[in-house]
Amino acid sequence: MRAAQAGDRAAYSRLLREITPFIRSMLRRHCSHTQDIEEMVQDTLLTLHRVRQTYDPNRPFSPWLASIAARRGIDGLRRRSRVARYEISTEFEAYETFADPAANTDIDALGVPEEVEQLLQRLPPRQRQALEALKLKEMSLKEAAAVSGQSVGALKVNAHRAIKALRALLR
Amino acid sequence: MRTDQIIEDLAAELTPVRVLRPPAVRALLWLAVVGAVSAALIFRFTRWGAILPRLQTPRVALETAATALTAITATIAAFELSMPDRSPRWAWLPVPTLLLWLGASGLGCLSNGLSLHNADGPVGESAHCFVFITGASVPLAIGLFWMLRRARPLDALPVAAVGTLGVAATAAFVLQFFHPFDVTVIDLALHLAAIALVVLIGTTLRRPLLDASGEA
Repeated sequence: MRAAQAGDRAAYSRLLREITPFIRSMLRRHCSHTQDIEEMVQDTLLTLHRVRQTYDPNRPFSPWLASIAARRGIDGLRRRSRVARYEISTEFEAYETFADPAANTDIDALGVPEEVEQLLQRLPPRQRQALEALKLKEMSLKEAAAVSGQSVGALKVNAHRAIKALRALLR
Repeated sequence: MRTDQIIEDLAAELTPVRVLRPPAVRALLWLAVVGAVSAALIFRFTRWGAILPRLQTPRVALETAATALTAITATIAAFELSMPDRSPRWAWLPVPTLLLWLGASGLGCLSNGLSLHNADGPVGESAHCFVFITGASVPLAIGLFWMLRRARPLDALPVAAVGTLGVAATAAFVLQFFHPFDVTVIDLALHLAAIALVVLIGTTLRRPLLDASGEA
């Protein structure tokens, strides 16, 4: 970790790979849902990256890491219970649940991918990047921030502006 | 997105960081700066003829000491809580001195016969106290949050709460040197209202002020 704080990318990559099973096993004690655990692991890694300046090399590493994982685990469980309160999960794919057959064909009829692609090309780069990451690739804000280099706030603003711009283009 | 991919991305964008100094050291640095400025203001503007006899009263001395200790302990607690691996129990550190401060102020009201206005204090002084505490807390809070945000606290609420308590207590401590009167019920209520307002604003704005956007 000390090498990572100094900017050693190889050491950092090795460290993150080595601690991931530890984080996963720690979070597995609190949650049994595999997909949720993986999301919490990723959240923990992203948070570790954000707060890596707070690790004191004179103190043990494990408690520092465990505190971050525990915090992100609690946040993940809260998020999960919030989602469970307001959303109903279904075993079926959405298109299979529509009673009206037209509902399943309308999307194809629109030729959405090409049309969306053309519209996206007309957006400013940062807005397009935010929309693609958050809405099309369905990344979390933190993942999108890590990948795009934009802050969470900037991503929210750019995604909002992109939708507004798309709406205007479609009128 | 796969975890392996995230690890690769994070490693690729890694830049060197300056390790934060221990929270106690940073807290003492902050307290030293604020203490020096407060001391300069107190020595410049205090009417010592009115203050010194008051400070010889045990209750007033206790109240003043408890206010200063609340400012110190709350500031230390805020810096400790801003680090990921520190116990949340640090939030309790300022509570004993806070209770002592409130108790001593309450005793002042009682000894003052629960009067609304002081015989030797000008009417309307209470409003000035409110303005002083809130007004002085704003620059102090901006400075403190600027230092605290470097840790990007994972749980910003307790950090903001004790941090703003610390700056409000600092302002209230300095105020005691400019307010050489026994506390009335209105004074006490407005002091508490000012402190509550400062804490409320600080905790409400905690995410942007403490750079805690990663907080759930």
